Amino acid sequence: MAVKVIQEKCIGCGICIDTCPFDAIDMVDEKAVITDKCTACGNCIDVCPKEAIIMEEREKDIINIDEYKGVWVFAEQREGKLLNVSIELIGEGRKIADELDTELTAILLGKDVDDLSKQLIKYGADNVLYGESELLQIYTTDGYTKVICDLIKERKPEIMLIGATNIGRDLGPRISARIHTGLTADCTRLEVDKENRRLLQTRPAFGGNLMATIICPNHRPQMSTVRPGVMEKAKYDESRLGNIEKFVPNLREEDIKAKVLEVVKEAKAQVKLEEANIIVSGGRGLGNPEGFKLIEELAEKLGAVVGASRATVDAGWIDQSHQVGQTGKTVRPTLYIACGISGAIQHLAGMQESEVIVAINKDKNAPIFKIADYGVVGDVYEVLPELIEALDNIDEILESVN
Amino acid sequence: MKIIVCIKQVPDTNEVRIDPVKGTLIREGVPSIINPDDRNALEEALKIKDECEGVEVVVLSMGPPQAEVALVEAIAMGADEAILLSDRAFAGSDTWATSTALAAGIKAIGDYDIIFCGRQAIDGDTAQVGPQIAEHLGIPQITYVKELKLEGKKVKAKRALEDGYFVIEAELPVLITAIKELNEPRYPSIRGIYEGFKGDRIKILSAKDINVDEKNIGLDGSPTQVNKSFTPPGRGGESEIIEGSPKEQARQLIVRLKEEKLI
Repeated sequence: MAVKVIQEKCIGCGICIDTCPFDAIDMVDEKAVITDKCTACGNCIDVCPKEAIIMEEREKDIINIDEYKGVWVFAEQREGKLLNVSIELIGEGRKIADELDTELTAILLGKDVDDLSKQLIKYGADNVLYGESELLQIYTTDGYTKVICDLIKERKPEIMLIGATNIGRDLGPRISARIHTGLTADCTRLEVDKENRRLLQTRPAFGGNLMATIICPNHRPQMSTVRPGVMEKAKYDESRLGNIEKFVPNLREEDIKAKVLEVVKEAKAQVKLEEANIIVSGGRGLGNPEGFKLIEELAEKLGAVVGASRATVDAGWIDQSHQVGQTGKTVRPTLYIACGISGAIQHLAGMQESEVIVAINKDKNAPIFKIADYGVVGDVYEVLPELIEALDNIDEILESVN
Repeated sequence: MKIIVCIKQVPDTNEVRIDPVKGTLIREGVPSIINPDDRNALEEALKIKDECEGVEVVVLSMGPPQAEVALVEAIAMGADEAILLSDRAFAGSDTWATSTALAAGIKAIGDYDIIFCGRQAIDGDTAQVGPQIAEHLGIPQITYVKELKLEGKKVKAKRALEDGYFVIEAELPVLITAIKELNEPRYPSIRGIYEGFKGDRIKILSAKDINVDEKNIGLDGSPTQVNKSFTPPGRGGESEIIEGSPKEQARQLIVRLKEEKLI
């Protein structure tokens, strides 16, 4: 597939150049020229007033995609517990399977986790394929990839969803390379085009400055990873029934080349951003790492969790576990207070689903105010201490208003 | 011992801004940098070179001719040799096609013991190319590595998880993806910058040079395609700007949040 300019029709107006998100069009002798940076996104085709830009389809080696049926979810478990993201994906997978009028199958690998297979049914799976082995108790790239690829080759699912955890992001690409299919990372929205059974996978691109909808037209399964906290959890229904198929995978110890010698839990207090009701976040506008002391103080008063923008993490002001945004965590608290955060799209991508957003920033033109429900234009070093004090005297303040 | 480090030149996405009127990306003046995680990958290779005898570090990248600047910097940091895969045929590659091309480049270099990659690039954030290269080469991978020890013909690595880490052991050859915690990348030396700009340690190879099937690279070789791209929609709705002195602003805000039962 390639984008082509019909020279005779091009009038050199340059509208396509302004539209191209990838800076992939040059003007040469008053004619548009598509360069190597082109990703065939097609935006220029839509805006060209002279219909001078077209998409050229080329012939491909096409696999018989009609043989592939059903939606699969990799149900990641650690130490005998399903991860929340697995339950979120069951919820999302259920919707997709219903739209495509097909079945939802959860892939569960582990040892002595029979009760999890029952839970997966009650959360919404039609089938559970449960591969049980000593060798699958702890995740290994080699073991999990082999077992899942064997299943895909045998049963041919059309869609496979994987949680974008540190493990899912190790497993997904390895499977996609072995099967020779496409994988779209960190999707924030999944839809289906029912007519040709395509999965429309929307994800932030270009550091979250742009959204892109990705398709995988000629390969199966269509694979996506989805970050924890992005999709809503499936509802547990005690009465649901389904098929559980337990099997012994064809896996030997020597198949596992990278061996896990030890699993170490770190005592480091976990930053539970995804589960927080209130988040108070700090950005570059704090000016220095000391600023986070104020953020922490306010957070403590509100029973909130501390978040941070990428700029502050890159600068080493705060640990990466606090990072909200495209490269950090995706959050949806009821209240998000952004302090000294300008609102780069990469940050917004991780927090714009918050119910109510408060922005405190010196610069009244900061993009964060565009999405804030309440904006306070002011210096964080003046406003935050007042907020902390106001919280101490909250009853008195409320009385004076009423 | 031969170590290959895969690096990518990326726009510094921290510096990308949106034109408030047109809603399009402002690209002018956005600097190109070596992807941050890739610097950690290179540093780890250079550390091994510092500590052991007879280690050769080759840097490999794929991109337009301008990406050579990133390779000059890699030489300046201490790499022995650098190769840029640059060819129109590679344009538009997704992660599958990119990893296919890089794996072909690695096979062309040959005789490798360790491949280092950064965990992910800041312009795509997929973290897919490293593991996909390992699969194309049929070698084990250890991703998200925050500590690495070379023990004879084996590596032992601490591999980060959300709430701790695995200790993983694998025999060479192996592919490692580096995270920020792995090390502190060095700065180029003056002598290194001179070496880099001489340019005689940088080679540019085409698709034909590395013997890769053109069906598997570029837009045509990519299983995934961009269907459309757009600037993210806003949240809609009006925002209320709270005016007054900091004290008044704080008090008003608290009242609003209390009324909405948010605090």
